[in-house]
Amino acid sequence: MNLDFSDEQNQLRDQVRRFLEERCPPKAVRAVLEGDANHDAALYGGLAELGVLGAAIPEEYGGVGLGHLELCVLAEELGRVLAPVPVASSIYLVAECLMQAGSEEQKSAWLPKLASGETIGCWAINEGSGRMQPSKISARFENGKLTGTKSPVADGAIADIAIVAAREGDGVSLVLVDLSAGGVSRENLNSVDPTRVQTRLRFEDAPATRIGGTGDGWHIATQVMDRAAILMGFEQLGGADRSLEMARDYALERMAFGRQIGSFQAIKHMLADMYVSATLARSNCYYGAWALATSAAELPVAAATVRVSATTAFQHCAKNNIQTHGGMGFTWEYDCHLYYRRSNALALALGSLSTWESLLIERMSAGNVEAAA
Amino acid sequence: MDFNDTPQEAEFRKEVRSWLDANAPKHLEAELKRASFGSSGLTSEDPIKAGKAWQKKKADAGWACLHWPKEYGGGARTPIERVIWGQEEGVYSVLSGPFTIGHGMCGPTVMAWANEAWKEKLLPPLASGEEIWCQLFSEPASGSDLAGLRTRAVKADDGSGDWIINGQKIWTSGARNSDWGLLITRTDPDVPKHKGLTMFFLRMDSPGVKVVPIKQANGASGFNEVYFTDVRIPDSQRLGAVGEGWKVSLTTLMNERLSIGSGMSTGFPELFRFCMEAEVDGEPAVADSNVRSKLAQFAIKQSGLKYTGMRAISALSKGETPGPENSIGKLVAGATMQELAMFALDLQGESGVVWDEDSPQNGRFQAMLMRSPATRIEGGSDEILRNIIGERVLGLPGDIRVDKDVAFKDIPTSGKQKK
Ligand SMILES: Cc1cc2nc3c(=O)[nH]c(=O)nc-3n(C[C@H](O)[C@H](O)[C@H](O)COP(=O)(O)OP(=O)(O)OC[C@H]3O[C@@H](n4cnc5c(N)ncnc54)[C@H](O)[C@@H]3O)c2cc1C
Repeated sequence: MNLDFSDEQNQLRDQVRRFLEERCPPKAVRAVLEGDANHDAALYGGLAELGVLGAAIPEEYGGVGLGHLELCVLAEELGRVLAPVPVASSIYLVAECLMQAGSEEQKSAWLPKLASGETIGCWAINEGSGRMQPSKISARFENGKLTGTKSPVADGAIADIAIVAAREGDGVSLVLVDLSAGGVSRENLNSVDPTRVQTRLRFEDAPATRIGGTGDGWHIATQVMDRAAILMGFEQLGGADRSLEMARDYALERMAFGRQIGSFQAIKHMLADMYVSATLARSNCYYGAWALATSAAELPVAAATVRVSATTAFQHCAKNNIQTHGGMGFTWEYDCHLYYRRSNALALALGSLSTWESLLIERMSAGNVEAAA
Repeated sequence: MDFNDTPQEAEFRKEVRSWLDANAPKHLEAELKRASFGSSGLTSEDPIKAGKAWQKKKADAGWACLHWPKEYGGGARTPIERVIWGQEEGVYSVLSGPFTIGHGMCGPTVMAWANEAWKEKLLPPLASGEEIWCQLFSEPASGSDLAGLRTRAVKADDGSGDWIINGQKIWTSGARNSDWGLLITRTDPDVPKHKGLTMFFLRMDSPGVKVVPIKQANGASGFNEVYFTDVRIPDSQRLGAVGEGWKVSLTTLMNERLSIGSGMSTGFPELFRFCMEAEVDGEPAVADSNVRSKLAQFAIKQSGLKYTGMRAISALSKGETPGPENSIGKLVAGATMQELAMFALDLQGESGVVWDEDSPQNGRFQAMLMRSPATRIEGGSDEILRNIIGERVLGLPGDIRVDKDVAFKDIPTSGKQKK
C-alpha cells in the first residue's frame, strides 16, 4: 500500500509551481476579474506548451500520455493560484467525456486540439435554477439538430465546442456542438466569480453529433462528472491550502494589543481548524486520485467523498482567511476575496454541496460502505 | 498511489488470517462486537482475565507488540505489517484495552530511557500482558499544565540514594489493575516549573501507595486517585537525569497522542448501519436528505482520518518521517464521536433517552454519548491540541506565559479573587 505521489510527480509539481508563480501572479487573476478578457489566453497557451492540458490525454490523440495522477498534481497547482483558464471545462470535462465515450472520429477530431489549447470546450448541462436531474432537461436533439437554452455554462463565452445534454426521444443524450457552425447565440452572465466566466448558450437548430448511444447521456455525464469532481477537488485543495497560508502569514505579521494576532487563541484555534479541514480534504483527495487513476470500483464513492470534503475545506478556509485579515480582508485590494469567490463558485460547479452529500450516502448505501469504513 | 497489498503484504495477511482463524477466542466474538468506546462489552468473563489470556497467546506466537524489537518481547514487524495485523485482528483488539497505556506510552518511554538490564526485565512481561502499567502524570492542580505538578520526590536522608515520594495523582486510568506505574515528580521547587521534574517507575504495590477509584460521569470507574505517603523508590528506578523529567515525559506524550489518535473510531460505520435500518417518517433514515447531509459530513471525517493514517504509514514504509498531519487524529475523532452520538439519539426520537439492552445496537450510541466528553479531554484537550497544531505545525507564536521564568514555588495557585 502506498498513498502518496511519487518523486517524479512531485518534481512535476515543483516545475509547474515555478511556472505559475511567474506566469500567474494575483495580478493575472485580477486582469480577468477587472478587464474585458474572459480568460488569460497567454497563460492557457503556456500551459498547453508545457503539456499540462494534454497530461492525461494519450499520445495517439496529441496528448502527453502521462496519466490522471499527474493531472491531479497539476490541478492542485492551478487551484492554488486561481488560474483564470478553462482547464476544468475543456480538460476535466470535455476531453474526459470524449475519452470515456467519444467515437474514434470525435476523439481524433477534437482531442489533439483540446490538448494544444487551439480548441476550448465547455460542458453545457444546466438549465436554470435547482438541482440538475434528467427530468429537468428540455433542450431537444432531433435529426442532427439541437434546440434549447443552457445556463449557466462555465467558459461558454470562450468555448469553440460544447458538450450538451439534450432530450432525444424518451431519454437524455449527450451531443457535441461546434459553436462556430451557426444556430448558436451567447450571452454573458454576471457571477460571484468573474475569473471563470458564466454564459447562457442558446441553440436553434444548431448542427450536433451524439456522443455515445441514444439515451445514454445521463449515465455518461454522471461518470464524467465523477472524474471531474476528483480533479476539481484537487483545485479546491490547492485553494484551501493557499488560503490557510495567507491567513497564517497575516496572523504572524499583524499586531494588535501589542501582540501578533496569531498569539490570540481565537485566531490560532481558527487556523488550527482550517488546517484540520484542509488535511482531511488532502487525504480524501489522495484516495480519489487513486480511484481515478485506476478506475477502481470505488470511484463513485471516492468522487463524492472528495467533492464533499474539498468543497467544505475550501469554503471553510477561504471565509476564515477573510476573517483573519479583519477590515483588510474585505478590501478589493487584498486577494482574500478572490479565494472566497472561487471557493463559492467551485462549491456549485458540477452540482451543489448538498447534492453531493446526498449522492455520497446514496452510493454508500448501494453497497460500497466498506470504502469509507 | 496504490491501495492493494504488495505480494509480501498479501502473503503476510494470509499468515495472520490463518493464525487468527485457528487461535482467536471466537466464543467471545458476539459480546465483543457490542463493545463501545470505553467498554469491552464482556459480561461472561472478567475483561482483565480474558485480555491477559489473549495477550499471552499472541505473545507466545510472536504477535504481541508487533513494532517492538524481538528481544523485548515484540514482533519486530514493519509499520505496514502492524496495520495489516490490526485490520485482521478486528474486534479481538478490544481485549487488549488494559494494555493500551503500557504498550502505547509507558513501554516506549522505558525503551527510550531505561538501561539495558531494566529493559530486559520490564518490557517482555509488559508485551505479553503478564504485567500492566499505568501513567501517573496528572494531578488535581496540573492536567493541561502538566509541568505544574506538585508530587514531591526527596532524597532519603539515610544515604541509601533512595527517593521518598509524597503527593497525589489523579485520573490514573487502570491504576487498580496495574503492576507498575510511570511516575513524574517534582525534585526541585526552586527553579522554573519545567526544570525541576524527575521521572521514575515503581511497583504499584510499593508500601505507601493507595489507589482510590473515581466514579466517572458515565457511571464507570476506569480512572483513579493515587496517593503517595512516604513511598520509597530506589534511585535505579529513575528514568533520565534528575531535573530532566520534562524531556522524558515528552516521549510519553508524543506516543500518547499517536496511539490515541490513529486507531480511533468515530462510530461512523455503526451510525451508517443504524441509518440503513432505522426509519424516519416510514422510510429508511438514509432516504431523508437532512440525514444524508449529516451522514456525509461524518463520512468525510471518518475517511479523511483513515487516509491520513495511511499517508503516515506510506511515509514510514518508505523510511521517511510522517508529516504533522497525524496530529489531527484525536481532535477530529473525539468531536465527531460526540456529535455523531447526539445525532444517533436524535434519530431515535423521544425514545433516544432510553438506554438499555433494547435500545438500537444495545445502547451503543447512548454509551458513546456518555463516554465521548472524556475523549475530548484525556491525553491533551481539544484546546491544547489546537495550540499544538497552531504553534508547532503552523508556526504561530506561543501563548503568553506569566509563569515562565518564575520559580515553581512562587507561581500563584488559585484564580479566586481575594476579598
Ligand atoms: C477518561 C480520562 C482518562 C485519563 N487517564 C489519565 C491517565 O491514565 N494518566 C494521567 O496522567 N492522566 C489521565 N487523564 C487526565 C488528562 O490528561 C487531563 O484531564 C487533561 O490533561 C486535562 O487536564 P485537567 O483535567 O486538569 O483540565 P484543565 O487543564 O484544568 O483544563 C480545563 C479546561 O481549560 C482548558 N485549558 C487549559 N489550559 C489551556 C490553555 N493553555 N489554553 C486553552 N485552554 C486551556 C482545557 O482545554 C479545558 O477545557 C485522564 C483523563 C480522562 C478524562
